[in-house]
Amino acid sequence: MSTTIQISAADEAASKPQKPTGPRRIAAPRALPEALPFWQAATEGRLLVKRCQDCGETHYYPRDICPHCLSANTEWIESAGKGTIYSFSPMGKDEARYTLAYVTLDEGVTMLTDLVDCDPATLEIGHRVQVVFKPSEGGYPIPMFTPA
Amino acid sequence: MSLNGQAYIVGAYEHPTRKADDLSVARLHADVAKGALEDAGLTKDDIDGYFCAGDAPGLGTATIAEYLGLKLRHVDSTECGGSAPILHVAHAAAAIAAGRCNVALITLAGRPRAADAALALRAPDPDSPEVQFELPFGPATQNLYGMVARRHMYEYGTTSEQLAWIKVAASHHAQHNPYAMLRNVVTVEDVVNSPLVADPLHRLDCCVMSDGGGALIVARPEIARQLKRPLVKVRGAGEAPKHAAGGKIDLTWSAAKWSGPAAFAEAGVTAADIKYASLYDSFTITVLMQLEDLGFCKKGEGGKFVQDGGLISGVGKLPFNTDGGGLCNNHPANRGGVTKVIEAVRQLRGEAHPAVQVQNCDLALASGIGGALASRHTAATLILERV
Repeated sequence: MSTTIQISAADEAASKPQKPTGPRRIAAPRALPEALPFWQAATEGRLLVKRCQDCGETHYYPRDICPHCLSANTEWIESAGKGTIYSFSPMGKDEARYTLAYVTLDEGVTMLTDLVDCDPATLEIGHRVQVVFKPSEGGYPIPMFTPA
Repeated sequence: MSLNGQAYIVGAYEHPTRKADDLSVARLHADVAKGALEDAGLTKDDIDGYFCAGDAPGLGTATIAEYLGLKLRHVDSTECGGSAPILHVAHAAAAIAAGRCNVALITLAGRPRAADAALALRAPDPDSPEVQFELPFGPATQNLYGMVARRHMYEYGTTSEQLAWIKVAASHHAQHNPYAMLRNVVTVEDVVNSPLVADPLHRLDCCVMSDGGGALIVARPEIARQLKRPLVKVRGAGEAPKHAAGGKIDLTWSAAKWSGPAAFAEAGVTAADIKYASLYDSFTITVLMQLEDLGFCKKGEGGKFVQDGGLISGVGKLPFNTDGGGLCNNHPANRGGVTKVIEAVRQLRGEAHPAVQVQNCDLALASGIGGALASRHTAATLILERV
């Protein structure tokens, strides 16, 4: 059994020079069948969410079965693509820096996204944002948000 | 059926390594199993139940049973991330109470640091329905927790300086642990002046990355009383998952708000009775969230609770993570659950380092958050008593 204790190891890691990073790469989504309408709409610059025709609740991420009442009677509705920032956290260096966020759509659901085309230092929770679609690496466009 | 008094933790062992260059994952699981058996005064032939989670290689229960040559009549590989071993203690107690086993072994171990794969926690499962709606946005553990911290600051006025006090307290404890990765006592200024990793979280708000592991042995009361070790009774437990709720996201609380009250009710005690708490500390904000959700303070008052040394043993109201925790000691296999229980057992036995040992420590709590606070996670709460 190794009993070697490297006390300074994490300090070393903390002081390691940052690896050079290229521009932000956006992974293509692996679309599942029940979400294909969402991604096909994204290619047309439209943001879809799902609403249950039985209980009336809107949900996100979109799925066949309503997570509020288990009805399979769910329909796609088009979001106006406007919302407010619920929270966000910028991370990364230089041109690879990006800002993960939760945005609450005016339709009432909160979605994971990125805030783009802005200086994160100017952002605040509650700011109004609107959807903008960004290309992914060889896949569907991705709904991100920018200050309205 | 209540778990209160149905089982005892009779063995506990933490691997001394923090970087396992020459040890396989299976070997690490075996090392900690051997250590816990020796601690308990039992042999491998006494084990008839085995518990592990996603950190175990291969088929988990069968793979480790084969490596160790175990003959078992009960297995449980409930996987819920880093909180799994805390939940496993309760599942072991339930299995013992139901007559499914007499002596249960729980192991957690891994070597992400030696493998340099700490960031590849698990390859996302393409069949998991949320992956297509999350992966393109770059959710890492750090920025997910960063969003939780920012929302808490927005709602309650919590400050980076208050979060820093959690790291400061952990470092005060870690200075006495010769195995801890970070033994230097740090100040609030050190934390808030360390580089921003995922704004508003700084590098020193994050736990360490380490190899290693730990093991626990849970036994029925008649067996525990025959052994020579101090008696540590399972008094109460709770577990609960929380998720994004179809887009009705609220980052201001964790599933500990559900698992905590269940554990306290089963134990018949309140947060005010707890002498020592092991709180999952993947990040400083993780600790703050559990303090509030477990009822050690009101929602939104965690910042005031931890500032000015509120968590430092011998100084503050609630001594926490006296081994240095994940923030300073270790976070084996990117999972902090087993070490939380191990340090609680040390405290109850009176075997913590004398500089951090809590006087008359007869009631302790271990709390885990497995997964990510900002998306989906499973909380596990365990209340243990020295009798």
